[in-house]
Amino acid sequence: MEVLSPYKEATDVILEAGGEPLKLCYQCGLCTGTCPWNTVRSFIVRRMMREAQMGATDFGSEDVWTCVTCRACVKRCPRGVEIIDVIRAIRRAVASMGIGVVPDALRISAKNIAGVGNPLGEAPEKRNDWAGELKVKDFAPGTDVLYFPCCVPSYDPDVKGVARSTAAILDKLGVDYGLIGTDAKCCGEAIRKAGHEETFQSLAQSNINLFTESGVKTVLVSSPHCYHTFKAEYPELGGQYEVVHVTQYLAELIEKGDLKFSRKLEKKVIYSDPCYLGRHNDIYDEPRAVLKAIPGVELLEFPDAREEGLCCGGGGGRIWMDTPKGERFSDIRTEQAAEMGAEVIAVACPYCVLNYRDSVLSMGKGEAIQVKDVAELVAEAI
Amino acid sequence: MEEIRTGVYICHCGLNIAGVVNVEELTEYAESLPNVVVSREYRYMCSDPGQDLIKKDIKELGLNRVVVASCSPRMHEPTFRKTVEDGGLNPYLYEHANIREHCSWVHDDKELATKKSKDLVRAAVKRVFHHESLVTREIPLNPNVLVIGGGIAGMQAALDIADGHNKVYLVERDPSIGGHMAQLDRTFPTLDCSECILTPKMGDVGHHPFIELLTYSEVEEVSGSIGDFKVKVRKKARHIDESKCIGCNLCEEKCPWKTDSEFEAGMAKRKAVYIPFAQAIPNIAVVDADLCAYIQSDGKKCGACIKLCDAGAITPETLLKQTDEIVELEVGTIIVATGYDQFDPSVIPQYGYKKYDNVLTGLEFERITCAAGPTEGKIVTKDGRPVESIGIVHCVGSRDENYHEYCSRVCCMYGLKYAHLSKEMANADVYEFYIDMRCFGEGYEEFYKRLSEEGVNFVRGKVARITDEAQTDEEQGKLIVVSEDTLLGKMIRVPVDMVILCSALEARSDAENVGKVFNINRRADGFFLERHVKLDPVATPTDGVYIAGCCEAPRDIPDTVAQAEAAAGKALSLISKGTVTLEAAISTVDEAICHGCGRCEEICAFSAPNVVTKNGTLVSSVNEALCKGCGSCAVVCPTGAIAIKHFTQDEILAQVSALTEA
Repeated sequence: MEVLSPYKEATDVILEAGGEPLKLCYQCGLCTGTCPWNTVRSFIVRRMMREAQMGATDFGSEDVWTCVTCRACVKRCPRGVEIIDVIRAIRRAVASMGIGVVPDALRISAKNIAGVGNPLGEAPEKRNDWAGELKVKDFAPGTDVLYFPCCVPSYDPDVKGVARSTAAILDKLGVDYGLIGTDAKCCGEAIRKAGHEETFQSLAQSNINLFTESGVKTVLVSSPHCYHTFKAEYPELGGQYEVVHVTQYLAELIEKGDLKFSRKLEKKVIYSDPCYLGRHNDIYDEPRAVLKAIPGVELLEFPDAREEGLCCGGGGGRIWMDTPKGERFSDIRTEQAAEMGAEVIAVACPYCVLNYRDSVLSMGKGEAIQVKDVAELVAEAI
Repeated sequence: MEEIRTGVYICHCGLNIAGVVNVEELTEYAESLPNVVVSREYRYMCSDPGQDLIKKDIKELGLNRVVVASCSPRMHEPTFRKTVEDGGLNPYLYEHANIREHCSWVHDDKELATKKSKDLVRAAVKRVFHHESLVTREIPLNPNVLVIGGGIAGMQAALDIADGHNKVYLVERDPSIGGHMAQLDRTFPTLDCSECILTPKMGDVGHHPFIELLTYSEVEEVSGSIGDFKVKVRKKARHIDESKCIGCNLCEEKCPWKTDSEFEAGMAKRKAVYIPFAQAIPNIAVVDADLCAYIQSDGKKCGACIKLCDAGAITPETLLKQTDEIVELEVGTIIVATGYDQFDPSVIPQYGYKKYDNVLTGLEFERITCAAGPTEGKIVTKDGRPVESIGIVHCVGSRDENYHEYCSRVCCMYGLKYAHLSKEMANADVYEFYIDMRCFGEGYEEFYKRLSEEGVNFVRGKVARITDEAQTDEEQGKLIVVSEDTLLGKMIRVPVDMVILCSALEARSDAENVGKVFNINRRADGFFLERHVKLDPVATPTDGVYIAGCCEAPRDIPDTVAQAEAAAGKALSLISKGTVTLEAAISTVDEAICHGCGRCEEICAFSAPNVVTKNGTLVSSVNEALCKGCGSCAVVCPTGAIAIKHFTQDEILAQVSALTEA
C-alpha cells in the first residue's frame, strides 16, 4: 500500500517559484466546478492545489500544462487564491529545474521566443513587414502613440488583417503613431504563464529598454495579453507606460464623435470576451460599445457572456499546444454562435482570432460564420 | 509643596516584555531618575503579589506617585489605579507606561527596545510628577431600561429586567414582536417547534406590567449618557385606533389589496390592512399606507375595512388623519438587539435563486415546513408536485471572500434540520453539499450522527452551479446541482426537485445608521463591535449601551438567549448599584479667561459645555455628567480657558519634553 509522507521540499520549490497563494486553499473544490475543462474532460484543479500543499505534485503529469489561465476559478474562489500563480509556479519548477517534461510544442515556441523574439520563429527584421504599402512610420521621440500589434498579427498571414485594419483606422483619423523598430520582442505574457520566467525577464527587460530609449509614453495594443503584461507586469520591472487596448481607444473616439462610419454592416455579430481583456482586466463594455456603434450591426450575446464568458482555449501557453478535437472551447463557442444565428464572431484578441478561425474551418462553417477582430469590423465600416 | 516620592514598577509580563526588553537594566535606570525612590521588577505586576509590592512600598517608603510599566492601559490602568487607592493614595496619582504593545511586541532589536522602554518610563515619571488628586463623583442612575428589537434577544433581555420589577421600554420596528425566530418552524437539534417555545414568551412580554411595548416604532435620536439617556422614538401611524382594535382580522379578510407577506418570506400574500401572523403581539391590525387604496386616493376609493370594523377601530379619521407620533423616553441603560438580515443569494447568479422556482432560501423553506405556512407544512414544489429529492447547499454567502468571509455559525445545523424534515415529511433523498461540518454545540454532533443514520448523503464540495439544462433523461425536468465531490476527486451532477440555499446571516442593512444613533462602532464585517471580544462581549465602548444577539455576530438561539441574559445582567447590576461613577478627568473652565465664544459648545459631541451668563458675562459651563474628557473643547478654545484635568499642559509637555531628551 502506498502511504504518502508530506514532501516539504517539493512544496518549498513551488512556494519559492511564486506559489505562495496555495497556502490559503481550503479545498472546497469550487475551482474544479468552475473550470471550463470539466465540461469536456476531467481536470481537478483542487487536487493540484492539494498535491502542491502536501508536496505530492506529479511534475510529469500533462495536467501541469492544462490550465488556460482564463481566471474563471480565481474570480469565484472563496479564499481569493490566485490559482494561476500556483499553476505558474508548478510550471516554473518544471521548466527551470527539469523535474518534469515540457510538452514538445511548447518547447519549440519557447525556443523561438528565446531565440528570435517571437513564437513563430520568424526573422526579427520582418516584424513590421505586415504594414507593407501602408507605409507606417517608425516610432520616434515625440510621436504620440506607439502601436504594438503582437507577434501573431505581425507575422501570421491569416491574422495580419488585425494589424492592417488598426493601421488603416489610425491613418484615416490622422493619429500620430508609429511602430517600434524590429528589435522589439514578444511581450512575454504567455511564455511567463507557461513557466519560462527567465525568458520572460529577458524579453521584458529588452522591450522596456527599447521603449524607454525611444521615449514611449502611450502604447496601443491589439492583444489583451500584451495589454496585461505591459499594464500589470512591466511596471515592477521599471516599464511605466499608458497602455490602451484598441477597443478602448476606438470606444473613446466614438464617444467623442471623432470616429464616423460611412458604411453599413448588415450582420448579426456575437462578441466573445477574451479572458485577458475581461476577467483579467475588467474590460467588458468598450468592445461592445464599438460594435454597437457600427451601423447595421445587430449585437448578440452568448448566454454566458462577460464575467462568465468561456475562454477560446488559447491562454497560458495553450495557443502553442494542440488540443484534441472534442475538447476545444472555441468549437463549443462556434457551435453556440451558429445556433444563435450569428454571422460573425467578433473577438478582440489575436489568440482568439487564431482559435476561432481554426474552429470555423475545421467544423466546416466557413460559409456561414466569419471570425473578425473588432478592429477589422470597424475598418470595414469607415 | 510636598516632596514627590515616586515608585516605578516594571512588569515582565512573562516573556512578553522580558523576552525583548532588558528589565533589570530598565529597573536600574528608572531608579536613577529624579524623584524616584524605588524601582522594582516583577514577573506579573497585575497579580496579587505584584500589587502587594506597590501597596507595601506606598506605606513603608511613603510613596506619593506610582508608575507601572507594563501592557496597554486599556486593561490594567484601572487595575493599578485601584491598587494605588487601596494603598492609600488618590488613584489619579498614578501613570501607566505601555512597554508591551508600544515596545516589546513591535520590536526585535533588544538593545533598541530597552532604550525605547527607558524613554517611555522616563516620560511617565516626568509626567506623574505633575499629577494631582482628582475626585470622582456619583450621580443617580435612571433605573428604566430601553431595549431595541423585539426578537428573541430583545424579549429575553426585557423579561429578565422587568421580572426584577424594573421598567423596560421595548421598541420593535415591525408591527409585532417575535423577530426571525417567529418565522422558524422547528429548532435544532431538539426539533421543538419554534412557535411553541416562543409564543408564551411573546405573551409574557405583551402582558408584563413592567414592560411598555412600542411596536411599529423606531428610535430616532439618543442623547445624554449612562444613567441619563434621553430617547426619541417615532411611533409610526398604524392608521388604526389601537385602543379599539380587538384583532378579529375581519378587515384583512375583506381587504382587496394584496402584496407579499414579509412574515411568510414572500411565499404568501398579505393584505393592505393586516395582522402579520396569527400569534402576533400585539394582536392589532396595521394598515400599509402605501398599498391602501383609501389612503392613496385620499378617501375616494375602497374603504371596505371601515364598513366592516364593528369595533370602530378603523375610521376615515384613523386612515387619513393619523400621523406618526414622537414619544420621548428617559432611561439609564440601553440594550440594542436589532438582529440580522438574511443574505440575498440572487447576487450569486450561478445558484439560480429567483431564476428557478424551486431554489429557496432557508427562511423560505422554514415557512414551507411550518404547518401554519403557505403549503400547510407540505414539502412540495412551487407548482405543487411532491419533492422526491432535495439538495441543501451550505455556505451560501458565508466563508467566501466575495461575499462574507466569516462563518455564519448556524447554517450547518439548520441544513441538517432541513435534511431531517425532508426525510421525515417527504421521505426525500437528501444531498448536503458542505465544505466543513461545524456542529459544535450541545447535542449538535449527536444530531449530525443521527442524520447520517437517517441516510442523508453528504457531499463534500462547494456547489459550482445549479442548472436546469439536462444532459441525461434522468435529469429532465430536474434542477441539477453541479459540484466537485472533493472526497472522490470527481465532478458530480445531482438531479433534485428542490434546492435549499443555506444563506448567510449578515448585518442589518441599516446597521450603520443604528450604530450612529447609539454610538456603537461596527467591525469590518458590518456587525456591532463589542468592547472586548473575550472579556466584555455584550458591552460597547459607549458606557450604558449593551448589545445582544445577532446584531453583534451570527449566533444560534441558545447563544443569543445567553447573551441577552448577559446584557440584562449588566443593566441589572447598574440598576442595583443605583449610581454612576463619573470620570474625574474632564474639562474645566477658567472663568476668568473664558470669553463665552461658544466654540466648545459647537465642537462637543456630548453637549457638555453650554455658554451661560454668570455675573453679567458670558462664560462656558461644563456639565460634568456629560463630559467624557475627550479634550476637543480644550483644543478649539482660543483663549486657553479650558483644560482637561489629568491632561493639563504641564503634564503633557513634561511627558513630551522627556521623550525628546537625548
